[in-house]
Amino acid sequence: MATSYKQIVRDGLWDNNGVLAQMLGMCPTMAMTTSATNGLGMGLATAFVMATSNLLIAALRGYITQEVRIPVYILIIAAMVTLVDLSLNAWMHELYKVLGLFIPLIVSNCLPLGRAEVFAAKEPAIPAFLDGLFMGIGFTGALTVIGAMREIVGSGTLFADAHLLLGPAFKFLELRILPADTGVLVAVLPPGGFLALGLLLAVKRMLDIRAGKPIAMAGAHSV
Amino acid sequence: MSARTMTLTHAMVLGSFCLGFGILVAATDHFTHDEIALRAIDDLQNSLTQVIPPGLYDNNLVKDAVTVKNDEGKDVTVYRALKGGQLTGVAYEIVGSGYGGEIHLIMGVTPEGKILGVRATEFKETPGLGDRIDAAKSNWITKFTGLSLGDPPADKWKVKKDGGVFDQFSGATITPRGVVAAIRRGLEFFAAHKAQLVETH
Repeated sequence: MATSYKQIVRDGLWDNNGVLAQMLGMCPTMAMTTSATNGLGMGLATAFVMATSNLLIAALRGYITQEVRIPVYILIIAAMVTLVDLSLNAWMHELYKVLGLFIPLIVSNCLPLGRAEVFAAKEPAIPAFLDGLFMGIGFTGALTVIGAMREIVGSGTLFADAHLLLGPAFKFLELRILPADTGVLVAVLPPGGFLALGLLLAVKRMLDIRAGKPIAMAGAHSV
Repeated sequence: MSARTMTLTHAMVLGSFCLGFGILVAATDHFTHDEIALRAIDDLQNSLTQVIPPGLYDNNLVKDAVTVKNDEGKDVTVYRALKGGQLTGVAYEIVGSGYGGEIHLIMGVTPEGKILGVRATEFKETPGLGDRIDAAKSNWITKFTGLSLGDPPADKWKVKKDGGVFDQFSGATITPRGVVAAIRRGLEFFAAHKAQLVETH
């Protein structure tokens, strides 16, 4: 089963987006999208782990037997997360102070495991790496948009504290959309996550219907 | 293959992967351990210089620390600022309870019991609401500088909603309430252990 690179990119970014089509990784999607910056940080850390774990799993897939594959995938993903956690803490400490909170949470995300099972287990290393990378970028995009929606409505800002994550050069991203203290609190509380995700899913469905694409029903059978 | 050898094969596969990735993680830990310990000291040093102005000491704050038991029997590490052998201030961690669990703060106090500065170091308060206790996001926490147990009077060491003098945030009262209470307890801790903290060796 060979998948074209173009298809891998399209699937990851939009058609089979981890959040908007496969509906995987809902735990970080709900918890970490209280602001656009948080969503972006969580997404980038996840993308890195997905690309490296997919690469390793695809490269080692000949040695992994069917019966023990799930524990082996979990082992590899958890090892990559620990590796990233320790290395960032030691050598990129400023970034770690911002992202550190998100990294251990990646283990609880089913998207890396889902991609390992449906893609990396069957494909060569390079396509698997790209699948992990673009699924991760698509995940980042969805989390950033949900974070932006919740942040604008809830706090009236957009990309607040982005310079802590991306460096002082990105200070221009930080906008105040609504006057201070006019935010609707519910948007940054947990229900706001469900509302924002629901709206975004509806928008994707609408665009897909308009483009005449078949509507994929979310669920394990569609991945 | 018999069921027995099959089981053995799977066990071997799983075992080898565990061993291999275990070694990888252990090696990473080995190579990063010292660096991470240094970064933790840097972080501590940074937060200490935020609550004790740099002009006040000429010693190594992280090294000149004493451990004191607080009223709940917990050990509190107190960092002492010395200039020319004279004690100019102390800093220690205090813990308040907020909306999202514990709020860790570090506070600096002069030998007379006046606050030199307070900073929140670790907390899980709601982004955009309770996280305004962070000096990077709001100057709220800096308003405690210069205050002491008698200023404002003890019964006014509360947020305005509870009849005190400190502002709460709109939409978030629990967080500032927890922080104000923690700072007041921090000052009481200093008052109770002053003799022990101020003595110089």
